[in-house]
Amino acid sequence: MSGGLHKDNAGAKLGMWLFLFTELLLFGGLFLLYAAYLARYPREFGAAGREMHLGFGTLNTVILITSSLLVAMAVTAIQRGARRMVLLLLGGTVLCAATFLFNKYLEWSAEIGNGIYPGSSRLTAGPPGESVFYSLYYLTVGLHGLHVLIGATLLTFVAVRVQRGTIHAGDYVLLENGALYWHLVDLIWIFIFPLYYLIL
Amino acid sequence: MNSAEKVHPPGNGGFWNDTGKTGITAWIFSTDHKRIGLLYFYSVLTFFLIAVVLGVLLRIELMAPGRTIMGPQTYNAVFTVHGVLMVFLFIIPGFQGSFGNLVMPIQIGARDVAFPRLNLFSWWLYMAGAAVIITSLFTGGGPPDTGWTFYVPFSERTGTNVSLAVFGVFIVGFSSIITGLNFVTTIHRLRAEGMTWGKLPLFVWSLYATAWVQILATPILGITLALIIAERFLGTGLFDPARGGDPLMYQHLFWIYSHPAVYIMILPGMGVISEIIPAFARKPIFGYKMIAFSSIAIAAAGSLVWGHHMFTSGMSDTAILVFSFLTFVVAIPSAIKVFNWVSTLYRGSISLEAPMLFALAFILLFSIGGLTGLILGAAATDIHVHDTQFVVGHFHYVIFGGAVFAFFGAMHYWLPKFYGRRYAEKPAVVAWVLMFVGFNITYFTMMVLGMKGMPRRYYDYLPEFAPLNLVSTIGSWILVSGLILMLVNLFRGLFKGEPIDRNPWGAATLEWTIPTPPPTENFEEEPVVTHGPYDFKKAGIT
Repeated sequence: MSGGLHKDNAGAKLGMWLFLFTELLLFGGLFLLYAAYLARYPREFGAAGREMHLGFGTLNTVILITSSLLVAMAVTAIQRGARRMVLLLLGGTVLCAATFLFNKYLEWSAEIGNGIYPGSSRLTAGPPGESVFYSLYYLTVGLHGLHVLIGATLLTFVAVRVQRGTIHAGDYVLLENGALYWHLVDLIWIFIFPLYYLIL
Repeated sequence: MNSAEKVHPPGNGGFWNDTGKTGITAWIFSTDHKRIGLLYFYSVLTFFLIAVVLGVLLRIELMAPGRTIMGPQTYNAVFTVHGVLMVFLFIIPGFQGSFGNLVMPIQIGARDVAFPRLNLFSWWLYMAGAAVIITSLFTGGGPPDTGWTFYVPFSERTGTNVSLAVFGVFIVGFSSIITGLNFVTTIHRLRAEGMTWGKLPLFVWSLYATAWVQILATPILGITLALIIAERFLGTGLFDPARGGDPLMYQHLFWIYSHPAVYIMILPGMGVISEIIPAFARKPIFGYKMIAFSSIAIAAAGSLVWGHHMFTSGMSDTAILVFSFLTFVVAIPSAIKVFNWVSTLYRGSISLEAPMLFALAFILLFSIGGLTGLILGAAATDIHVHDTQFVVGHFHYVIFGGAVFAFFGAMHYWLPKFYGRRYAEKPAVVAWVLMFVGFNITYFTMMVLGMKGMPRRYYDYLPEFAPLNLVSTIGSWILVSGLILMLVNLFRGLFKGEPIDRNPWGAATLEWTIPTPPPTENFEEEPVVTHGPYDFKKAGIT
């Protein structure tokens, strides 16, 4: 790698921020569709939204916010050189991610059991706005779930590097970037939660 | 490429000689921006040539009414694949990947880009996406037949291999995003001492604007393409009117990316022209600040005009009025550039060598393309020419006459620097004349045909369109003969031509101050920039 003689942490973080913008815009397309279809089918969206499992949504919101706190604490801990603490906090974050996905699995199972999934006979027979709502819901939440999975994998990879000592108090930009990515995953959920569970 | 190493005298091979690995691995695993640039260059050139062949086949089919060499289904597939290859595998990644990589780090006085490994990864992603697209042509239901725009509802229902092709484009889009964020970071972080924003070469400014468009627009393409796949496999029905969806939403999402994407194609070309013109007019560029600013202005305003692709699709009159107005606004920064280039030529000491000829052709052809764009941007006239050959002619004036002629100019201007040898001038000029003449015969005729009402995307047409179609097809043969001559001459020259010194054109940007071919590390010691990129006097060039 020519030119990579010195490490440019500010540059690495700038690159990460730009990447996070692209992720926001990726979800932006789905939010745009949500806005357009909400304007067209306000009543159907309202009816479908009230059927959502508010309990699961709330629980998952709490879990993700907690995990964001843990990963932020991990960054502080590495600055202080507390390696065991960092590993503990990262482990807690990944555990939160797993719990989130497990909840999602239970929630989706319940919904699919009720005949709510794209192309199901119940949705095909119902009003078109309802089918659009659930299609958007599955796509948006599914894409977010994929990001939870990617984020958890990334943080596991970071934890291995912390364990090996290649990420330490003197050089922890990878951990910071991993944490940034995790905050993004959290942030997107903060928009999904009210849009699908609360405001309708 | 090994043969090139041999012809260079030992010790004069620059980055060609320096490698621990040998053979192909010295290239496909290299993180040197120059090697990645050449990888990109040969990759995009390959897909360009395949797509050229398809384009010629389309013209042959249209040479006479009725079936000439292919039936309707084949014709649909050929124009789709021509478009997909040209747009997604050639001209969108082309400039950033090849000349952006080759030249930009040197122009800002850096040793490499900010993320060299990510840079290599973006090429690999590009190749993976290309492989998926090529696979889609020969598997499943055969090559997609939707047109490169993949419009719903047809793209959801056709039995051809749309899903795989779309997935390939998705991967290529990811590669484009990575290049974009790499370049923005590089231009922010790695400029040499004294290389202020006001001293940045205009090619770098154009790449910077392009990189932002790549970052901000490409994710929308990503989600749109993912939705097509979801529609096909999961039956989500988001664009299906029978299930409450709206096909217009697809068109909006698609053009939110794909209109800015034409600026990804053309902006770097404008940057190339801004380098070539001062070098061959021996005059500092006129209106440096305005050209730099207009690149950003085009990128910004160009992101807000997508609706002009949908005037006949069914939008409110208010929306049509706003999009039409914004479309006219984009013309302003483009015109600023043209005026500044022409002003630079005024009283310059112009030398009409090959790169300059391509630059001059760019100005004329891009201006014709831009002005005919206003005919399409005004709602009233658009309804008359929408979906006719006029659109095909206009688009090729902007992208082929503009971006691709700039790409050819860049090949003549910069490739000798990296090979240490140059092409012969006379054949290059003859090739340019052939292409310029052939180009205008081919595409101007299409615009006339469109005005007369010949629709696009049909393999057959009414007999009254026959004479002009024959003219257009003959034009395409002249165009291609020029292209072949240009490539033969160029590559013959790069491998066997006359050796050149550091600065054959007498240009004042940084890449001409280092040895030819550039050494691996570009600069022996980090340069300190004291004068502007077009300040020939201070650079000591007379």
